[in-house]
Amino acid sequence: MNKEFVKFDKVDKSYDGKTLVVKDLQLDIEEGEFVTMLGPSGSGKTTCLMMLAGFETPTHGEIYLNGKAISSIPPHKRGIGMVFQNYALFPHMTVYENLAFPLRVRKIPKDEADKKIDKALSMVSLQGFADRMPGQLSGGQQQRVAVARSLVFDPQLVLMDEPLGALDKNLRESMQYEIKHIHESIGVTVVYVTHDQSEALTMSNRIAVFNDGKVQQLSSPDELYEKPVNSFVAEFIGENNTFAGEVSDVSGGKCKVKIANTEILANPISVKGKGEKTKISLRPERALINPSDKMDNIHSGKIEEVIYHGDHTRVRINLLGNNQFILKVPNSSANMDIKLGKDIKIGWNSEDARALDPK
Amino acid sequence: MSSETKQILTTDGIPLEVSLKKAERRNKIKAFLLVAPLLLFLIITYVFPIGDMLLRSVDDKMVTEMLPKTFKAMEKWDGKELPEEEVFEAFYLDFRQLVDDKREGKLSTQLNYTKNGFKSIIKKLRRKSKNFEEGNYKEQIMAVHKRWADVEYWKAIKRRAPAITGQKYLKGMDMYKNESGEIVSVEEDRRIHRILWLRTLEIAFFVTLFCFLMAYPIAHLLATLPMKYSNLLMICVLLPFWTSLLVRTASWMILLQQQGVVNDFFVGIGLVADDARPEMMYNKTGTYVAMTQILLPFMVLPLYSVMKTISPSLMRAGKSLGGTPIVAFWKVYFPLTIPGIGAGCLLCFILAIGYYITPALVGGASGTLISNQIAFHMKSTLDWSFASAMGLMLLSGVLVIYWLYNKIVGIDNIKLG
Repeated sequence: MNKEFVKFDKVDKSYDGKTLVVKDLQLDIEEGEFVTMLGPSGSGKTTCLMMLAGFETPTHGEIYLNGKAISSIPPHKRGIGMVFQNYALFPHMTVYENLAFPLRVRKIPKDEADKKIDKALSMVSLQGFADRMPGQLSGGQQQRVAVARSLVFDPQLVLMDEPLGALDKNLRESMQYEIKHIHESIGVTVVYVTHDQSEALTMSNRIAVFNDGKVQQLSSPDELYEKPVNSFVAEFIGENNTFAGEVSDVSGGKCKVKIANTEILANPISVKGKGEKTKISLRPERALINPSDKMDNIHSGKIEEVIYHGDHTRVRINLLGNNQFILKVPNSSANMDIKLGKDIKIGWNSEDARALDPK
Repeated sequence: MSSETKQILTTDGIPLEVSLKKAERRNKIKAFLLVAPLLLFLIITYVFPIGDMLLRSVDDKMVTEMLPKTFKAMEKWDGKELPEEEVFEAFYLDFRQLVDDKREGKLSTQLNYTKNGFKSIIKKLRRKSKNFEEGNYKEQIMAVHKRWADVEYWKAIKRRAPAITGQKYLKGMDMYKNESGEIVSVEEDRRIHRILWLRTLEIAFFVTLFCFLMAYPIAHLLATLPMKYSNLLMICVLLPFWTSLLVRTASWMILLQQQGVVNDFFVGIGLVADDARPEMMYNKTGTYVAMTQILLPFMVLPLYSVMKTISPSLMRAGKSLGGTPIVAFWKVYFPLTIPGIGAGCLLCFILAIGYYITPALVGGASGTLISNQIAFHMKSTLDWSFASAMGLMLLSGVLVIYWLYNKIVGIDNIKLG
């Protein structure tokens, strides 16, 4: 497998000559991989996709596709399939004609094209819809047609620009699995852009978290969630409890961080030495009520708010001067004594408390 | 289900259907009252004048009423030889009555439309008829002028007997009913109306085409530029709307005349010699240039409103799927703009076909249209029935175009905004 199937090499992009939307981007995508670009709006992820598709040109740097520099190749010669945010189905053509478009411009004979179209339609389970107009289809069906159209000409690479953004929640979830399965079955390389983190976590092999024109972290979903490398990623992905403080000691793979009047133990990720400011990130599910004595951080706080969520209860606690500390407590009979205003003991392991940059 | 169970009563015991009708009726009356002023306005300003125009264009009562006795007497006349004495007598009596009412001038004008040469012989007849003796009017009238003894002139009078006539329409197409009642074309060198109709169609077609060619890129630019530029461009497109039509036409006259700005510029850059300045006004060129400029917004606006709704991602999709920019434009973008093209072309063509002021001012002899001819008959010859007939022919021409458009493209496919 080609490790550098898609390669962004020191790519800069600026629209106005004053600010950089994408800064010194370095990104490699392996062949057959499903990579998601995740980030808040304005973080440069869509710009990267558009540069890859050929609708924007890099201000500096080069993009390689399968070892070939593509900056000077116009979009229609790149052979990249693309699914757009609003599907971009041609409204005046039937589903069949929409799918036939990329094949016709490639001068593929009709019988061969028909076979490919049949295959693509059955891949998204839309057999029998060939003669419908896009306007006669539901949002989910249109989405499937768009996916089928992007795959029908067997591209090496498919780009998807927030393709599920316009669908309702249930449909979105089922489409996520469907796209994931299609990717797995045909092994095409997919670059997917979204701002929905759960979508990214469900579908991707690797996720590139974008912020401020830069890739903050590129890693597998579990690593991204469990081991964020900086505060932005920790806060952007999933829920996060933070403590801001100052490092008072680093030793033996642990650090002591002074918060308010107490000190807590944490896992030094991006802190080097004494006196540094830091922000500690702790996932809500890693902190437990009624902690066992083995845990090296045990503190007590006051329950400020209790929100019932069916399978679990979210508890907001004022802990060590942070009154936004969230706990997720499973709704079992053992945890029935959580009441507003009560003081409870909370504990966690220091390796789950990641001391990151103070931003 | 039995009929009893169908009868649902409201709480007051009134059948639901009755109650519903009552409630709806009030709304219907309200709605009607709201549109009533507009309806009235339309009837007064549109239906009524057009109806009047239709009547006027076929109306030929005037002569019928002026010569009632003559036409009664003529009923028995076979129209081959000169009529009998009783026709002459009836004509004399009618004529005396007209002279007494001082209306014989109108008669001469009307008859002159039918056949040239009536004017002078009626004048002569008026003078001589004062001294006519009773009896044998045929001899006396024929003695006034030799044309009174010509059967063709009597045939011409008889042709004016019906109160309704289609001859104005025939005249509008350079045709007429000859003595034996056949519809024939006038001599080739007198077919002015056909030339005008064809020229009107030709100019309307080319003006529409030029408007389309110029408006398409403008509308595309308007629809794709960022807001702050597109607003400015939109103002530029609409600016002509805020200027009087007369002023705009007059400024074209300043630009296009032989000593005008455009010619000066051409001479200045050495494109043409000073003594060979091309004529750009008082001919078709002037009409084309000025009308295209004036009708351009009518093409831009429908196109713009359609293009605005076309998502830019469609073109991108076309390109990313492997279509060259030209293929993507032609297969994806262009078909989606057809409703706007249809609306714009129809609008421009219909406006151009009835255009008046601009061709009148810059058209000269070779650039005038049928509407100028209509105006000419309204103002100069006062042949309103002919003007009405041509107006109606123009209207039906427009309806035919509309019908054709509906057949070919479909009227649902039109989009004005």
